[in-house]
Amino acid sequence: MAEPYTSFFHYRETLALGYIGATHIQQLLLSLSGFEGLVWRTLEEHLAAAAFYDLEGTLVSTNLIHTLGFYARNEPGLVRSFKKSAATLFSLPVFAITDQYSRKVFNDLYFKRYKGVKEDRLRYLADDLFISVLKPAVFPGAYELLEKSRSLGLRQVVVTGALDVSVKPLMEHLGIEEYVSNRLEFVNGVATGRLLPPVMAAATKASWIRVFAEREGLSLSDSYAYTDSMSDLPMLSIVGHPAAINPDMRLRQTALHHDWPILNLK
Amino acid sequence: MALQLRRKTHESVVYIDRDSAPRIMPSGEDFILEDLPIGTRVLYPNPPIKGLPNREAAIRYALNHPLGCDPLFAQLEPGMRVTVAVDDISLPLPPMATPDIRQSVLEIVLDMLSGHGVDNVHIIIANSLHRKMTEWEMKRMVGKKIFDEYYPDRYYNHDAEWADGLIKLGETKHKEPLTINRRAAESDLLIYVNINLVPMDGGHKSVAVGLCDYQSLRAHHEPQTIRDSNSYMDPARSELARKCDRLGKIVDEHLNVFHIETAINNRMYKGDMDFLLRNEDDFTAFDRMKFEAMRYTMSKLPRPARRKLLHSRPAQYEMIACHAGKTEPVHEKIIAKSFDQYAIPVTGQCDILITGIPDISPYNVYSILNPLLVQVMGLGYHFNFYRNKPLLKKGGVLIIHHPCYDEFDHKFHPSYIEFFNRLLPETRDAFVLRDKYEQEFANNPSYVEMYRRGNAFHGAHPFFMWYWGENGRQHVGKVIAAGAENAHVPAMLGWDRADNLTEAIAMARSFMGSSAEITMLHQPIIGIADME
Repeated sequence: MAEPYTSFFHYRETLALGYIGATHIQQLLLSLSGFEGLVWRTLEEHLAAAAFYDLEGTLVSTNLIHTLGFYARNEPGLVRSFKKSAATLFSLPVFAITDQYSRKVFNDLYFKRYKGVKEDRLRYLADDLFISVLKPAVFPGAYELLEKSRSLGLRQVVVTGALDVSVKPLMEHLGIEEYVSNRLEFVNGVATGRLLPPVMAAATKASWIRVFAEREGLSLSDSYAYTDSMSDLPMLSIVGHPAAINPDMRLRQTALHHDWPILNLK
Repeated sequence: MALQLRRKTHESVVYIDRDSAPRIMPSGEDFILEDLPIGTRVLYPNPPIKGLPNREAAIRYALNHPLGCDPLFAQLEPGMRVTVAVDDISLPLPPMATPDIRQSVLEIVLDMLSGHGVDNVHIIIANSLHRKMTEWEMKRMVGKKIFDEYYPDRYYNHDAEWADGLIKLGETKHKEPLTINRRAAESDLLIYVNINLVPMDGGHKSVAVGLCDYQSLRAHHEPQTIRDSNSYMDPARSELARKCDRLGKIVDEHLNVFHIETAINNRMYKGDMDFLLRNEDDFTAFDRMKFEAMRYTMSKLPRPARRKLLHSRPAQYEMIACHAGKTEPVHEKIIAKSFDQYAIPVTGQCDILITGIPDISPYNVYSILNPLLVQVMGLGYHFNFYRNKPLLKKGGVLIIHHPCYDEFDHKFHPSYIEFFNRLLPETRDAFVLRDKYEQEFANNPSYVEMYRRGNAFHGAHPFFMWYWGENGRQHVGKVIAAGAENAHVPAMLGWDRADNLTEAIAMARSFMGSSAEITMLHQPIIGIADME
């Protein structure tokens, strides 16, 4: 919210910005007179703003593979658990290569691993996943960052490519009410291995943020975005205050190139 | 004849005449050789006062014969809670050869504490809103033994953004708040170990600034206070010092502070680089050879390597005084000793002041002297090296010599980058910058985290750097950046640009008149022009 004139310098600055008009002079005189009963606004009211966070690798040290590994380990039956875990392990190089190539291709391959998993089982294991995997993985600095950001009145929004069922307890733990995540498609309670649109990755995150900001009346210029991955570059590019957190090499170079802050929350 | 007579005013004041040698000037990481116009007055650092022969004995004597309070040993009781605060890496400059004076003081103090059954001891680096020191720097400062025993649980950096680690002591009648480090405030005894490099350091500034938070700091780190300080290197005429003294009274009301202050001489270099501090007219052939060898070597290295090389040369300062006890009497003695070392009697102001900007500042240790720091060294520190009245006449020309490269350290100075690129194109008015943007930067969560968990200067720090040049900015008629390798950095800072010193002097003369009096500060200099 804009302040009334507080000093002559404030007035001069407003002049420089070209906001001057008869009304403004009137406002200046009133504010300098100390007549506090009237609250005059000199500039257009500031829009609210938000802080948008990627989740995995940004606020927590785990990534999608940890989650997949957890579900694989907890498959019912020793043989199935072993087979799923081994398959996940052998897929790691493929995941690593495709992630470098395209986040979309990575998502297509990655979420296929959930094909045949029952929805109620995912929900049943979500709390365990949170307690044993996600909660210990929250970066110590993440709590401070969220707290500071909240104290500025910024809305806290997580935009993640993780699954909705797995992140819900973590969001509650971090006190984040607004988040968007990926959702698996289920047919008769069984996952098909496909995602429901919109798929949260790369440019889609930026599109979602733009629509969200427009709908909620948020100023993107005054908003912040945090991520660890180069694939989220579009998300960083649309806000006024982008920052890289524990970035990969490519994002680090990009952040240096653009003079963006580089944070280490570990 | 007149020139001959003028040459004899003081050993640190030299006038250039027809047969004078060219002068060495630092310009960032380079050293250049310049012929100065005849009649130019060159101020050199005073010869170093001889260091105390037995540093440890002097420290022990000070602890046992304090000013205004009982000796340290008499204040100790088994089981008491003691905090030892020490100056950060911004003092002295460049970082001194080991053992650092702080290490010597700490070894004696900690030994004494241990001998009296005091084991609840924390060592806190009073970095205020400066960057936190790295592990390596912390180890170098106190030595391996203390480091291994205390780090990281009982030897750490002050955190001005950790709400739980701070406590409000009160506010002055001028509504200046004071919030300081909780551990220090809740200790039975706070021992402060200071190194006094320039007269601005030490005294009540140590605790009230070194251990405070952002809101406390912004009450006096603001443009009007700096404008009213003539200069901030002269405590008697410094509004900044007056404000710190007011805050110091609050500290003394709430805390038992035992202040240990030390003064050092100005022996920045010795041996292979000591010629940098001497009159070029007195150079031997070997001195000239050393300079040429250094210049040749530097010319073959890329800038980061030159920087690294310069930063790897520790200063050879020696302790010339140590006093302990209550803050004010101790500081008074140390300031007097500092002025013995630094004061250079000077008669008459100049129209044109020339200063090369070396790669030395409190804010770029092991880092880059970015454009804002060039500004603070020129219009801030170098301009303020005076007592009584400025060395430069009102409306005179300040010529600084520096490449003014557009380089910033992303790890140490992230908020500087945004300040320089986003704010300065809009305004250079320090009051507008403070009113409109300072709090935004100070509260930017990214900068806060980089300060807290990394080694970044606080988000508000570039503002303080800008204010720090405020009285210089108000005083000078023009600043010319000689040797600037680009046009946009001087333009952003509101300066004119010249290719070299000769061109800069010609420009300055066209502004001040052809008979303008010229003075040059022979850098690197730690000296105060004691103006008549």
